[in-house]
Amino acid sequence: MVHLKVNGQARSFDGDPEMPLLWYLRDILGMTGTKFGCGMALCGACTVLENGKAVRSCSTQMGKVEGAEITTIEGISAHGPHAVQKAWEQVNVPQCGYCQPGQIMQAISLLASKPHPSDGDIDEQMAGNICRCGTYQRIRAAIHEAAKETA
Amino acid sequence: MIRGEKKLIIENVSRRNFLQGMFSASAFVICARTSPLLATAARSGTPRAGVAPSIEGAAFHPGVYLGINPDGTVVIVAHRTEMGNGVRTSLPRIVADELDADWSRVTVIQGDGDERYGSQDTDGSHSVREFFDPLREAGATARLMLIRAAAERWGVPADQCVADPPHVVSHKASNRKFGYGELAALAAKQPVPKKEELKLKSRAEWRYIGKPAPGYDVDGICSGKSMFGMDVRVDGMLYAAIAHPPVLGGKVKSVDDSATLKVMGVKQTIPIDPFKPPHAFQPLGGVAVVADNTWSAFKGRKQLKIDWDNGANATYNSADYKKQLQETARQPGKAVHSWGEADAGFSKGGKIIEAEYFAPHLAHASMEPPAAVADVRGDKVTVWSPTQNPVGVREEVAKALGLKKEDVVCHVTFLGGGFGRKSKPDYAVEAAVLSKKTGKPVKVVWSREDDIKFDYYHSVAAMYIKAAVGSNGKPTAWLQRSVFPPIGSSFEKDSVYGSAGEMSLGWDVIPFDVANFRTENGPAAAHVRIGWLRSVANIYHAFAVQSFANELASAASRDPYEYLVELIGSGRVIEGPKGSNEETAKKYPYDTARLRHVAELAATKANWGKRKPGNGWGMGIAVHRSFLTYVATVVEVEVNSQGAVRIPNVYTALDAGIVANPDMVRSQFEGAAVFGTSLARSGEITATNGAIDQSNFFDYQLARMNDAPKHVDVQIVESDAPPAGVGEPGVPPFAPALCNAIYAATGKRVRELPLTRNGFA
Repeated sequence: MVHLKVNGQARSFDGDPEMPLLWYLRDILGMTGTKFGCGMALCGACTVLENGKAVRSCSTQMGKVEGAEITTIEGISAHGPHAVQKAWEQVNVPQCGYCQPGQIMQAISLLASKPHPSDGDIDEQMAGNICRCGTYQRIRAAIHEAAKETA
Repeated sequence: MIRGEKKLIIENVSRRNFLQGMFSASAFVICARTSPLLATAARSGTPRAGVAPSIEGAAFHPGVYLGINPDGTVVIVAHRTEMGNGVRTSLPRIVADELDADWSRVTVIQGDGDERYGSQDTDGSHSVREFFDPLREAGATARLMLIRAAAERWGVPADQCVADPPHVVSHKASNRKFGYGELAALAAKQPVPKKEELKLKSRAEWRYIGKPAPGYDVDGICSGKSMFGMDVRVDGMLYAAIAHPPVLGGKVKSVDDSATLKVMGVKQTIPIDPFKPPHAFQPLGGVAVVADNTWSAFKGRKQLKIDWDNGANATYNSADYKKQLQETARQPGKAVHSWGEADAGFSKGGKIIEAEYFAPHLAHASMEPPAAVADVRGDKVTVWSPTQNPVGVREEVAKALGLKKEDVVCHVTFLGGGFGRKSKPDYAVEAAVLSKKTGKPVKVVWSREDDIKFDYYHSVAAMYIKAAVGSNGKPTAWLQRSVFPPIGSSFEKDSVYGSAGEMSLGWDVIPFDVANFRTENGPAAAHVRIGWLRSVANIYHAFAVQSFANELASAASRDPYEYLVELIGSGRVIEGPKGSNEETAKKYPYDTARLRHVAELAATKANWGKRKPGNGWGMGIAVHRSFLTYVATVVEVEVNSQGAVRIPNVYTALDAGIVANPDMVRSQFEGAAVFGTSLARSGEITATNGAIDQSNFFDYQLARMNDAPKHVDVQIVESDAPPAGVGEPGVPPFAPALCNAIYAATGKRVRELPLTRNGFA
């Protein structure tokens, strides 16, 4: 039996310990905001926060998250839109939008460690998150915007 | 209001009956059956498939696209697919504009697959182009009926009443007003005006058309609430992963599923029949693993031991095939179009310049791999699918299950990218076949490996171009030939030549002032499924033509931009082959002055010519017209001594006629530069013994934030010309502009994509 918290709520899981956190969130808990893109930690669509730090949930096994606090896209706006979400809306970042929950979670993790990132910091920290529609320029602008907001 | 649209089935229905027959007495609605699915998913709670509000519940609904409720809410149907193209914003805003609706009081709902909407095939950059007039007429019809309803209530002439402020009909002389909601019931009783009675707004009166607006769904997307196909959940649903035949046309010889059935969560395995050629949109066949969650289905699939009969395509090796295509391109082909006398032109002598170009297969690799849910109950089927072609889903599911199309409902979800892949409903058919066999709703989930290995690939192509050049460095004769396995091969077994449609994608004409021109196409048989991918044949055709123009400039020791503009020459209309799209050609003549104008805009913005290229720095330019839109792209590159290519700036200028939402258009062209970077730098699908070599993002690499163009500048020409396409036209000029820039920076000519084949990265 694995015990963890998802968006502040205590949960337990006694299924296949090899099941990735991604599929636990999506199929068992029905929280589909976290997306499946590659299954190999190559694209970042599945990004969530584990104890405040961005991880790829597609490659994080349930057997390894005992005691962890997981935050998903559904958990960041309990008190109104997060500053990063607001910036995303202001810049009108999304095209298809499928990768954006992962991009937003990665950006939150980046801003937590570097509140005022340079372009170089952003490019480096966001390089693991693919956007096939090609919204990178707007993502970069939105992260700078969110950094102003949280200043 | 939708009269004149050939594809709209309502032409066959009496206008009056159609408009009135389907609506409840109390509401004013312009809509058919709709799924409220997306509206609820985007705006509230956990997305779950279910019953949603429809236009039929509204008080007033004259037609299929909009309804007005007594509380004043306007409901507008987005009948085309949202996949990042912005149609759930741009199309409803066209309706809202002519309706004089307050956009903040508009609810957008997604239309199911239904012929009454007209074409829902969201591909070919059609959405605004094809529906600009019908949607304006829909809005204007409803507005006129509201005005007439108010005039009747007040006993004043309708022409004294106006929809101002928006959402309200006013009689200014008596200072009286009615909100749209108050008028809905009475408006529903008004006779539907004839098209001739409608007065569309002038450009100066537009509230929303041509004005930038954020995406209607941006909040739902950014909070993870928007429901993509991958996110659909229905009660009692099972999950399936399918082991597809590794080679196209392969069949299962034998299967051992004993280890699979021991995997926790796996329920059963089910064989799926191989297709009957031509494959078209049929499932590939194979063995499905059905489980109570996605992970168990994936894990169980890994444990299958399948012995395959790979069939005839097992002899396909892309390296050998490439040589065949190149050899065919050196031989005379089938004439596509010509002007002047190309052979005579060449026989007059001059310097002969020739070049060969090659571009490989590409995979769509949308971020959301294919997925669909189907629920078969007796002879009725409900499908939830991320699809660019919902009526196609209904047709193909019905065909596979021996039902009528009318027995199949298709709800359209958000698409996590489409790019043409999701026009093909094979994965939705798989879900339906499995739901029928299990008696339960089934979600089919493709992994990334499935997506890359079993795509409908963008075609591989070899091109040959030859020109005779006069003493002024300008071509006097031009011959070009392309060879590629055509899209038709997916639908007709022996199809080996490109269709007129494929030729019209950048090959049947060139925009250059050359007296003698001939264009040809050679045969190639397909060994993988061929499909259409964002901008389709334009990709390889523009790569060849725009690279060659750059080679001619270089041979003439001229500045590539100045030479290109001279090559385009004076303003004139270019005629394509007879009999192809004459109606379109009349409405959208190919005007070289517009092409030249965008080239000038892009070059000016890029400060072309201000810095001397070389030593690892350079700019390249390419122009191309596709989907009726004129585009010029300048790419700036920095190439280091290891061959690593950085793209600090891209300058694009486009003339797409009237644009519905400039911010969305900007997005499309920013994205096209990234899409172009991916295909030009590393996009390549190859095959060994019939099986695709690539499988995931480590061997099919896409541009990332740290290697995509840093900044993309987009200039939109203000124009009164009819709207043209915007989703695709940004892609074709990108790769040749990039390669021309690399030539300027390094002196190395790239004639074969991707860059990784040329020592660049």
